[in-house]
Amino acid sequence: MPNILVVEDSPTMRQLISFAIKRIPSSHVIEATDGVDALKKLSSEKIDLILADINMPVMDGLKLVSLVRGNPAYKDIPIIIVTTEGAEEDRKRALSIGANAYLPKPIQTQQLLKLVSTFLPA
Amino acid sequence: MEKDASLSNKADEFLQVFRKGEEFTKDLLKENEKLRFRIAQLGESLQRSGDETRTKLYEDRIRLMEDELHSLRERFRQVEEENKDFASKYIEVEEENNNLANLYVASYQLHSTLDFSEVLRIVLEIIINLIGAEKFAILLIDDKTNELIPVSTEGMAVSEAPRVKIGDGLIGTVAREGESFFADDMTGAGVTGINPLAPIVCIPLKIKEHVIGVLSIYKLLMQKERFNNVDYELFNLLAGHAATAIFSSRLYTQSERKLTTIQSFLDLLKEKPRK
Repeated sequence: MPNILVVEDSPTMRQLISFAIKRIPSSHVIEATDGVDALKKLSSEKIDLILADINMPVMDGLKLVSLVRGNPAYKDIPIIIVTTEGAEEDRKRALSIGANAYLPKPIQTQQLLKLVSTFLPA
Repeated sequence: MEKDASLSNKADEFLQVFRKGEEFTKDLLKENEKLRFRIAQLGESLQRSGDETRTKLYEDRIRLMEDELHSLRERFRQVEEENKDFASKYIEVEEENNNLANLYVASYQLHSTLDFSEVLRIVLEIIINLIGAEKFAILLIDDKTNELIPVSTEGMAVSEAPRVKIGDGLIGTVAREGESFFADDMTGAGVTGINPLAPIVCIPLKIKEHVIGVLSIYKLLMQKERFNNVDYELFNLLAGHAATAIFSSRLYTQSERKLTTIQSFLDLLKEKPRK
């Protein structure tokens, strides 16, 4: 059963992403409201994939990506950035610090599910 | 002498009988030959007629199989078409399902609280994350002044958003008529800068036919090129559900404030005699 960590400060987006991901058979969604909350969840649960927003209070998504990639215990977890920042330089920056994919909002559910499936263990 | 003559006669008789026997045997042999030939002819003709029957049978079978093949090909073509039809319907249903999920989440969140500022935050979230707007304002009607007053904004300061008299300009007309406005060019605002009185989208927030405010969008996110079906559904949802949520939460917040004031007043009255 893949555990997917959804890191998003907006309850609406959290619910929407979780709603979509629950359609992947046997997947389990864990929600976090910001980067710090996400690190707590990472230390207590086995996570297979992280979906993170960039603009969040307390700790943003880019900082979270850097910390995850810098930690040997989590460095191989795939990270998908889901954000309103649609500029090419934002995408390049996120990918350069270790994000695996970049999905600008508003998201298309089919596109999200396809992307998530490519990073889940077979 | 007589003896010799009788012997010679007997020999002639025997010879004649023998010759007759020879002729008869020859005739028999000829007849035999004819019969054999006839039998051979009959055999051949019998075989020929058997082959023809079999050939006819095979031809009939081939014709039947060809007809069957033709009908199977036709059925295959029909099934293929049905399959394509089902595939496109599946995609449509899937899309519809996703859109419904978006609408469900949006309406669920809108009605999840009675806190006025929380409702405004949820409306902003829906507009940013589900519709993909970058700069916009929510304006509510002040019944005392008959003006639209900005109460919440994104991508711009509240002070940048206009105060508009009902009926004035595009925003005021939308508030008066209760009809949504969509500009033909959704990208224009990004190039020329924002005119707070000229939104690219203006949606009246209505409870039934009563307009309580408007949602004024000035700029979309750079990756949002056009609106699709679900966006219009979301605008419809916002027009109704956001209006109800904003109106009821504002009433609730006001009544809570009044209740607190009255409670404090009552507490004060109760305390007075003790002094």
